[in-house]
Amino acid sequence: MQNSEIFQNIIRFIGLALLQVLVLNHINFLGYINPYLYILFVMLFPFTGNKTLLIFLGFFLGLTIDIFSDTGGVHAAATVFIAYIRPAILKFSFGISYEYNVIKLNKVATNERLLYISAMVILHHLVLFLLETFNISHILLALKSTLFSSIFSIILIFSVLILWGRKR
Amino acid sequence: MQQIIFFFIRNKNFLLFFALFLIALSFTIQSNSYHASSFVNSANFMSGGVYSARSSVSDYFGLETQNQKLTEENAYLRSQVTKLQNISETTLDTTITDAPYFFMAAKVINNNYGNTKNSITINKGVRDSVKVDQGVITSQGLVGIVNNMSEGFATVQSILNTNSEINAKLKKTNHFGTLAWNTKNPNVVQLKQIPRLAPLVLGDTIVTGGRSTIFPEGVLIGTIIDFELTQDDSYIVDVQLFNDMTNLKQVYLITNTQARKILQLEQATEDAEQ
Repeated sequence: MQNSEIFQNIIRFIGLALLQVLVLNHINFLGYINPYLYILFVMLFPFTGNKTLLIFLGFFLGLTIDIFSDTGGVHAAATVFIAYIRPAILKFSFGISYEYNVIKLNKVATNERLLYISAMVILHHLVLFLLETFNISHILLALKSTLFSSIFSIILIFSVLILWGRKR
Repeated sequence: MQQIIFFFIRNKNFLLFFALFLIALSFTIQSNSYHASSFVNSANFMSGGVYSARSSVSDYFGLETQNQKLTEENAYLRSQVTKLQNISETTLDTTITDAPYFFMAAKVINNNYGNTKNSITINKGVRDSVKVDQGVITSQGLVGIVNNMSEGFATVQSILNTNSEINAKLKKTNHFGTLAWNTKNPNVVQLKQIPRLAPLVLGDTIVTGGRSTIFPEGVLIGTIIDFELTQDDSYIVDVQLFNDMTNLKQVYLITNTQARKILQLEQATEDAEQ
């Protein structure tokens, strides 16, 4: 990673964490639906970057959100999970060539981008809500929250990417 | 030996992931047990500072309603004072002890109600002699119980938390039950284990039971909006809260000045029975 890239990622880490805990955690659309934008950090982390570093950073990003929202370790667990599984999702959505070509997320075809974002968001939210309810008898509630929050998050992340991509 | 080292190097990402996932899982389990206060909480210097900075800005938007609430409470307290003045003129009692409960005002700097295990962060901590297991109320009713704290901040386990269990009763007939939350609606909680014999009427008031040292007896909770008989011959009652849990600003912390004596006595009785 170059210096500018490191700097950009640090800013993104802090900015997304603050945006999540100060604004997005308090939306409570229809009572309980919140978007989780902060996983954009894991999605945008350089595709050829160090995987071990990403797992660490994912854990600390999740833990930061947990500390602010008093949720134990559920965000940390969910984020470290998608950070670990990201190479597999990249391969699944962009094909085997992603490791050799330099792919930019705002340059790939829309359907591939949507597939990548949706897979990451749904996996993250599933782990998040299953751990958050932490009760087999409330599994339906967890699945319902996963569905609604995922839709909200995917729309938000997709629009943020479009807005940012256009500027450059 | 070399093989083992190679194995670790080859699988380092998986092992790292697995270790961090286990750590996160242990934090989650810890936060789910009622009595262990969790290691990861928002009562620390960092998040408390960020939240109070935010609330110092956002407070201005709710000033009018907060003012309204405080004025209403003032009016109520004034009427109570005049009632008490009438009494004290006629009785002369030199053996009055200290008040059994002591109230301290605090400000809510962060409030969650969209999860299944919600908590509230307030701007009072160890410095203001807040203790774990203190009750928290507003002028309208019950809010929760303190569970974590740092120098300047504390977190409150809200009644909107599936781990919360608070003793409550019908105001009219003194039938006791346990207050819990089914996560459906942030302004409706459930009162369980009300005996079948209890005469329930829609609109009746539910108050705290006073069986614990946390809350005084008779703190307002809400009114009955629905009830249902379960298979084990007890009612589950839906209670509409007096508090708007989605809009909390000023709260009071309750200190029971006799809690230590009561707990000591209970401990002594238990020891004697063994």
